[in-house]
Amino acid sequence: MAATTGQTVDLQEPPSWRRSKNRIATVLMVISFVLVIIPLGFVLYTVIAKGISIISWQFLTADIPPNVLPASIGGMGPAVVGTLEITALATVLAVPLGVLGAVYLNEYGGNKLLAKVIGFMSDVMTGVPSIVMGLFIFSIWVLHFGYSGLAGALALGCLMLPIVIRSTYEMLRLVPDPLREASYALGASKARVTVTVVLPTALGGIVSGALLAVARAAGETAPLLFTILTVTTVNKNVFSGANTSLPSQIFANASSPYVGAQARGWGAALTLIALAFILMIVARLVTARFARNLQ
Amino acid sequence: MSTVTQQAGPAGTAGPARPLSERRPLGDRTFQIVALASGLLVLVILVLIAVSTSQQASSWFSTEGLKIFSSTWNPSNNQFGALPFIYGTAITAIIALVMAVPVSVGIALLLTEVVPRRWARPIVYVIDLLAVVPSVVWGLWGILVFAPWIQHYYASVSSGVNGIPVLDSLFGGQTSGASFFTAGIILAFMITPIVTSLSREVIATVPTIDKEGAYALGATRLEMINGAVWPHSQAGVVGAVLLGLGRAMGETIAVALVIGSSATITSHLFAPGYNMPSVIANEFGEASGLFRAALIGMGVLLFAFTIIINVIARAVVERSGRRQRGA
Repeated sequence: MAATTGQTVDLQEPPSWRRSKNRIATVLMVISFVLVIIPLGFVLYTVIAKGISIISWQFLTADIPPNVLPASIGGMGPAVVGTLEITALATVLAVPLGVLGAVYLNEYGGNKLLAKVIGFMSDVMTGVPSIVMGLFIFSIWVLHFGYSGLAGALALGCLMLPIVIRSTYEMLRLVPDPLREASYALGASKARVTVTVVLPTALGGIVSGALLAVARAAGETAPLLFTILTVTTVNKNVFSGANTSLPSQIFANASSPYVGAQARGWGAALTLIALAFILMIVARLVTARFARNLQ
Repeated sequence: MSTVTQQAGPAGTAGPARPLSERRPLGDRTFQIVALASGLLVLVILVLIAVSTSQQASSWFSTEGLKIFSSTWNPSNNQFGALPFIYGTAITAIIALVMAVPVSVGIALLLTEVVPRRWARPIVYVIDLLAVVPSVVWGLWGILVFAPWIQHYYASVSSGVNGIPVLDSLFGGQTSGASFFTAGIILAFMITPIVTSLSREVIATVPTIDKEGAYALGATRLEMINGAVWPHSQAGVVGAVLLGLGRAMGETIAVALVIGSSATITSHLFAPGYNMPSVIANEFGEASGLFRAALIGMGVLLFAFTIIINVIARAVVERSGRRQRGA
């Protein structure tokens, strides 16, 4: 917009050195984008090229073999199961609390000092390093109750909570006030209006925000290091006993000198990225659907 | 007083809508309390993090005193000085910022001022993809692909700067694929999406009228950016950079794999080093007693540093946002 006005309104062509400086600046901006595409493309290419050959049904379900064994033996079954269990439990813990927290901030808090403090600290909490969340759950949970999928889920939940609060809050702010006013005019209580009118209206946005938080949590390793350990067989009980996950297993295999273990690491990386992509695509579809519903 | 109905305010009255009845059923009050409790959970967790980790680290703080900042790290000798790790955290974060900030601001300007809107969207998707790649995958790629590849360039740069005063102390000496510099590069990839998206948000709030004013005076795009966009978004971009710094300091797994795991303080950037999150990740499994307390204590320091940086960053971002909306 502004750019076209600039070109048509120019009464006099700027001198050539000014034009060339401008051109150099534009070229530098394009170069900075290219600088980002190259590593991204390189990473995705490597993960797909090295991961695709090993991925099979057996890889996704079989137990994790000792590192010395070649890539053709065993798989990542326990890690796939662990990641799904732990991420699901973290979602169940963090999403409802996050949504309720956002409801407090937007529907009840208003301009109260407490609401401002909570909103601000929630944003600050998104910056707490994930490894600190791991140490936190280790200190208050693992030392008393031992390693378990639940401990990992608690750590991931702490990580997801502020993200869910922020994304839900942004969505609730978009719900038009006349909808609330109309419901109050019918005599509904505030809780009823929130549950039956406000939340359903914002549902699409809340779901897509939550999915992005899940995608982020599913890829986290640091909070799981001291909360679930690693195991080589499937642990179906998320509430007790050590467990494992795709990120933990990639971390363990990346520092292994054995080719077979590294190959399984690449396979696990591809599985993990595919999982994150699926979540992201679903989130985008939900958002698109939601946008259509609002119109 | 209990059932006074509220007068409908005149049109345009500020403030959110309120229910007509002041009499509130029990369920309504319960819901409010549950929502409030969920909001308070954020504050409770932050306090619990500080209290519980400090408690576990207390033996380190009390036995070592100020020696926690000493430069000697020798677990087998019960010497736990955190300075090498604080140094490594600072160095890797600075390398990451030096590389990521110009690139991020460049992309943000490209998106807001140069390309048409229909191109901006796919570019944003691509940048978001960077953020979707998990930390551990960056680490896997970093240690198995990137470090072996860049090693040769380190070696030739190192021999090239041999004897040149400042450059030799930065880029000379022994080189290793897993090093401060490799960790910094990987961190730069990882913080670029957040710095880009925050800078873009800030730059997008620059009033069109200011930009058109600059163009009307005959400014080129670069001059318009310098004269109209930059003064408006400077503070916000600083906030974005601080948030990127917070991320770079706390990022663990990718760095743990590529930093080289050597607790040394050296000016040679191509040498293997260590930083706070990666020493916690790598050594925690074998640690017990004072060693474990020291590692958790390092987590407490990291928590304190990142909280301070994030509070400053959020305050800067919020203030610049308010000023722009007010203007």
